[in-house]
Amino acid sequence: MAALVQTRPDTSRPLGGGSRSRFATPTSAAIAIAVLVGAGVLSLLVGARWVPVEAVWDSTHPLHPIVEVRFERTMLGFAVGAALGLAGALMQGLTRNPLADPGILGVNAGATFAMVIGMTVFGASAMGQFLPLAFVGAAAAALLVHAIASLGRDGATPMKLAITGAALSAGLASWTTGLLLADRKTMESFRFWQVGTIGGRGFDVLLAGLPFLVVGAVLALAGARLLNTLALGEDLARGLGRRTTRDRLVIALAIVLLAGTATALAGPIAFVGLVVPHVVRTLVGPDYARVLPFSMLGGAALIVVADTIGRIVLPPSEVQVGIMAAAVGVPVFIVLVRRTGRAL
Amino acid sequence: MTQILDRRSATEPAAREAGDVVRRARRAPIRHHRRLVAGLVLAVVAAFAARVLLGDYTVTIPDFFRILGGEQIPGATYIVMESKLPRAVLAVLVGIAFGIGGAIFQTTLRNPLASPDIVGVSLGASAAAVSAVALAGWTGWSVSLAAVGGALAVALAVRSIAGDHGGFRLILAGIGLAAAMQSVIQYVFTRVDEWDVQLVLRWLTGSVNGVAWSTIGVLAAVLAVLLPATAWAARSLRVTELGDDTARGLGVGTGRTDLLMLLGTLLVAVGVAAAGPVAFVAFLAGPIARALNRGRTTLLAAGLVGAVIVLVGDYAGAYAFADLNLPVGVVTGAFGAPFLLWLLARGPLNGHRGRRAA
Repeated sequence: MAALVQTRPDTSRPLGGGSRSRFATPTSAAIAIAVLVGAGVLSLLVGARWVPVEAVWDSTHPLHPIVEVRFERTMLGFAVGAALGLAGALMQGLTRNPLADPGILGVNAGATFAMVIGMTVFGASAMGQFLPLAFVGAAAAALLVHAIASLGRDGATPMKLAITGAALSAGLASWTTGLLLADRKTMESFRFWQVGTIGGRGFDVLLAGLPFLVVGAVLALAGARLLNTLALGEDLARGLGRRTTRDRLVIALAIVLLAGTATALAGPIAFVGLVVPHVVRTLVGPDYARVLPFSMLGGAALIVVADTIGRIVLPPSEVQVGIMAAAVGVPVFIVLVRRTGRAL
Repeated sequence: MTQILDRRSATEPAAREAGDVVRRARRAPIRHHRRLVAGLVLAVVAAFAARVLLGDYTVTIPDFFRILGGEQIPGATYIVMESKLPRAVLAVLVGIAFGIGGAIFQTTLRNPLASPDIVGVSLGASAAAVSAVALAGWTGWSVSLAAVGGALAVALAVRSIAGDHGGFRLILAGIGLAAAMQSVIQYVFTRVDEWDVQLVLRWLTGSVNGVAWSTIGVLAAVLAVLLPATAWAARSLRVTELGDDTARGLGVGTGRTDLLMLLGTLLVAVGVAAAGPVAFVAFLAGPIARALNRGRTTLLAAGLVGAVIVLVGDYAGAYAFADLNLPVGVVTGAFGAPFLLWLLARGPLNGHRGRRAA
């Protein structure tokens, strides 16, 4: 009997993997915030033109305008990174799939395609018009990928989801290119956005997206307990009294808001949502009450660091943050494929 | 004794009849394959003729042969020799290269998803080629060499990552590397000073538009060497696709498989060097040819199907949408992806089962 009681799932303990968190939560939080602040400061100072520290607060300093531009960029990077990290963690929890990521599963491609339709067919031009389009596209792509991957006897396995997402992304990329070719002006403005960039976007873009990010983040963080019970499996979660369908819908809504907004703000950036939750889990354990907030912090830090490195890694040009994210993410993806491949 | 002799003589006609039945049954697929190849050749010729003669500028057949003979017809000569004919010739050549290369991948890896355009080999070739063209200013043969290097690097990387685990793990490793290669290509685009739409279209989506005759010459010369080599190496393909262990048991070593894969990679790489990674041609041609050939693998038919796909895709892209000149890669990508999704939706994708289904 005692043994039975002990096997009762304890959501504060690591599930599955069995690796305990390496640090206490306050220590981890302090480390994460320190990393975040460090990333932000470096992002202000480092670039094609290095800026001395005093220019940050001295508004009469000749290099202060550069700091201001970089500040906008850094804030956008924090917002987009937090959204992507959180969306990735939610997707991995919801689909119980270690390979889930808004880029890999085609959600970003769906948002991109919907936005390009809006631009070329309906003449959308303001961020307020792009956002709803991105949400519709992200939701449609997520539903389509999940529906197709769920067909068949073995259901939506990680492998099938990833391959379906890649197939949908490839197809949507072709349709997107076709639409853009019809409209060269849109193509020109689309050029850098399509790669994924946080440079030169401005504060108004961030402000337009911020409410949706906040709502998405609140929904997501409230969903931590749902994900913990879902991690036990559909049947157990229902047995524990969860209304799994409603729970899933809430989390799916959060994913669409977060991934859609991030894509609208900075373009389709893949792999951040994949890498961050995995790194976070090795540091704080698998409890989603910790994984979700730390994924937010980690995603924000990763985007800003990647963007900062992208400014200086291959001078004189700037490497877009989407490309840097792939450079970091692909090796992690391959390690994960090697690890999960054994089980399949 | 006499009885036995009697019986033997009595069964002889029956035995001969049975032998005929068996022989006929064995010949039927061969005959069907011959008819299929003949039909596909006709389809390629028809699509080629349509591509060269029809469209926004119609050329009559006598005029076409007069132009080929070197006669100068104002306007027509230029359009045929500099635009339509090179496009059509390149479409046929890359279609054959992608179709056969893709079918080799799918057959030796025994998975319809393991085509070079899905596992990143095409994009690897494209990334190396676009780097050579845009950053180092290479032309001609050296571009093909760069493409071959890129394709081989990705193929070896996918293979070493997947290890002995074929199937899904190989596909996923390939998808990851394809994403990486796409990032490399996009990085090269941001490095070029002038935003060159043609450059992007060629190296990211694939296009047979505006290609020089010298590029076609390089491709034709390489294919003249690679295709006979492939025909020689593919003799034991039917055994190879039974799997490494079975093949070895039947006396076909893995060396033969490796050689075939090398040839497939080279075919795809030289195709990419000329026209870019035309999406999904390598993926589509094999399964379509196999379905037409009643479920039997056929590299020849796959190459011809590839040629038809590229020709028709290019024609549709150029003329199907009023004032819009879409590159062939956009058309094949837009219509190939639904087919891939359908294949995924249809069910078991495990290499062996999926192979038979396709």
